[in-house]
Amino acid sequence: MKSLRELTHYPSALMGLAIILALVVLSIYALASMPYSEAVRLWRGGEDVWYDRPKNAAPTWTNLFREQKLPTTITMDSRDESIEKDIEVGAGDMTNIHMSFEFDYPYHGFPREISIFFNAEFERKQPHVSITWLTPDGREIRIADKSVGVRESYRISQDSTLQRRLGGGVAPHQGLFAVDPKADDLVSLQGTYTLRIEAVVFEPEADLDAEVVIYGQVHGIAGTDHRRRELSVALLWGTPIALAFGLLAAVGTTMTTMIIAGVGTWFGGWVDALIQRVTEVNLILPMLPILIMIGTFYSRSIWLMLGVLILLSIFGGAIKIYRAIFIQVKESPYIEAAQAYGAGNFRLIFRYLIPRIIPTLIPNLVTLVPTFVFIEAALALLGLGDPVLPTWGKIISDAYNFGALYHGFYYWVLEPSALLMLTALAFSLLGFSLDRIFNPRLRGM
Amino acid sequence: MSDTALVGASEGVGLEKTRSLFETLSRVAKYTLVRLVFLFLTVVVGVYLVVIVANMGGYVDEIRRGNIHQMISLEISQDESPEMRALSTEAKQALIRERVAIEVKRQGLDRPFIVRSFDFLRQALTLNLGFASDMVSDTGSKQVKLILLERLPPTLLLWGAANVTLFFASLFFGLFLSRKYGSWLDRFVVAMAPTSSAPAWFYGLFLILVFAALLQILPFGGMVAAPPPESKILYALSVLKHLILPTSAIVISSVFLQTFNFRTFFLIYSSEDYVEMAKAKGLSDREIERRYVLRPVLPTIITQFALLLIAVWMGATILETVFNWPGLGRTLFRAIGLFDTSVIVGSQVIFAYLLAGTVFLLDIIYALVDPRVRIGAEGRTR
Repeated sequence: MKSLRELTHYPSALMGLAIILALVVLSIYALASMPYSEAVRLWRGGEDVWYDRPKNAAPTWTNLFREQKLPTTITMDSRDESIEKDIEVGAGDMTNIHMSFEFDYPYHGFPREISIFFNAEFERKQPHVSITWLTPDGREIRIADKSVGVRESYRISQDSTLQRRLGGGVAPHQGLFAVDPKADDLVSLQGTYTLRIEAVVFEPEADLDAEVVIYGQVHGIAGTDHRRRELSVALLWGTPIALAFGLLAAVGTTMTTMIIAGVGTWFGGWVDALIQRVTEVNLILPMLPILIMIGTFYSRSIWLMLGVLILLSIFGGAIKIYRAIFIQVKESPYIEAAQAYGAGNFRLIFRYLIPRIIPTLIPNLVTLVPTFVFIEAALALLGLGDPVLPTWGKIISDAYNFGALYHGFYYWVLEPSALLMLTALAFSLLGFSLDRIFNPRLRGM
Repeated sequence: MSDTALVGASEGVGLEKTRSLFETLSRVAKYTLVRLVFLFLTVVVGVYLVVIVANMGGYVDEIRRGNIHQMISLEISQDESPEMRALSTEAKQALIRERVAIEVKRQGLDRPFIVRSFDFLRQALTLNLGFASDMVSDTGSKQVKLILLERLPPTLLLWGAANVTLFFASLFFGLFLSRKYGSWLDRFVVAMAPTSSAPAWFYGLFLILVFAALLQILPFGGMVAAPPPESKILYALSVLKHLILPTSAIVISSVFLQTFNFRTFFLIYSSEDYVEMAKAKGLSDREIERRYVLRPVLPTIITQFALLLIAVWMGATILETVFNWPGLGRTLFRAIGLFDTSVIVGSQVIFAYLLAGTVFLLDIIYALVDPRVRIGAEGRTR
């Protein structure tokens, strides 16, 4: 307890503790706001879940550092109150539906894509739509006339007919927002745009709704990846996973190492010799390659990896350090006293020997955490991450495989890296300070 | 300085010296031999473990036996020849059993996996690594040994360059800091030491981001420019240019902690009484450093460095993958992607040998600098 109070004298320890606390709060928030199954569903979801998110969009807050703001995603649904939708019953069974999507575009640059998702209700005959685009400077551009199915997505950006009509050279989502689509140097036009949909349905009960998505270049608090997924899901859920993995591995390893070292030293003889030899063998076993093989041949489950990792780290270098301390302690008079009153072997090990190495053990344990967190990330980077869980390492892995650095999507690598670095620094700052508190020899240095 | 005073006794001393030198050498030789045997045993255990894991503890044999049975049953059931049709179902079953037994024996699957695993072990240890299923060496061979040996030089180049730089940089920097104890530079290094908790590949990503993507002055990865330059000098320069980032990544990831450790050792050892004594005798600072500080601290430093080196070897796979360095690590990564078991096992074997080699080399250096090993015999007789 006294030593814990001493921690307050070390600013670096306090900083470390503050970061760890923040990470724990973030983890709790993650667990509370998004259940495990939901996180997995979102992270494994494809276009069906993420259809209205742009691909590879930087986080929105990057606009704060930009003179010319990049567009964010604009989503408009005709089922919303704010969107004008008039239904006009015409001759026969025909009904005319007018939809008018009006939106502000104060941004510089162009959106990534534009898509319209139709949702039609009809028995046999498909509704017919004609789509027009009104620019702030009063131009009216015909986008398309077409029939739509029950669920149809119309990707304006990929419409080559429209592209030709706009002048050929530029993609539709650029041409529609340009001051002059035929100019060599494309400049976007700011102001209020309107997308108008005139639909005709041919049955009395039929109806049509549309969702217009103008994909931005920036999106959300963490941006999106190549599969349109919001990175915030994995960043958020990666926190409890990283902490759990690091802490469990560190605690599991140190505790077992401690007990083995204690048992070995206490019984001595062949037990001790065997443990020593196993340690030396284990020290030069290639741990990461063995993990890689397990991941390749058996299973990539993060918890199996955790188990193997602990198994491989039990006989680590720390055994030698603990043993050195135990050998000294074993000769102390209080041990002899305990033996004299008849304490058994295991009572002696657990109640008399082991408590003596806690001061060495705690800093060790804390500094071990980042090592394991990074091993998880490393495995993910090698494509051996857990197949279902969203983790920081998997974001880096995706980014790396997609050539994020090459394409300039720096946020994709920097966000998970920042969290990894923060975790690592927090634990090692704390560990360093603890080391000084518990090892007086280092205190002045 | 005592030499001049003992001129008369110099002959006797000379003889004594030769004898003690001989004793030292024989001790070192014995020590080396013991270490060598032990390291070899370690490699054997390690490789055996790899064999077990790669064969899924014998499960692969089951699969192969199942495959043989299926293949032969299919062959016989599809055989439309008159002799075969004449056979009864029982006779056919007997025939299948017989043929399966022959094939199982031919492939050596009739012996229990335990026995076979020792065969695999022997083959692996003698680098008789078999053939790859998908991967091909640059020379077009499918021999795993050739594929891997071809990848060894780049790996040795990168890790050699990085570790030599790291060791000497942190040694001299640590020594320098221990002299400037408490200066702002010293405090800076102490504050930076926790950054070493992130591995080299992690810093590699940042280095690529800054120097390759943003500044565009160094390449993203690889070992030489494509196409490789014709002249030898240009080729070497190109390799050097590609070497900068990965080497820096390794150095940056460890240099602060290593410097901090070395500096702390120097400080601990320079507060010993005999150092004070030497100061009182009026020896120069350099002399004290060389004889009383550096000397005793060296074994500790080497142990520390050996552990670091081992840890760093383990990271080879990821760092080489991140930098597209055509070494063993990346080959392992590619082999995993292709499920090329023989290459995976083969690269493990090479890694095991490399690790053991590193440890052995350090052991010899250790034996040369550690007085307990070097003059242990004299200490005992006295």
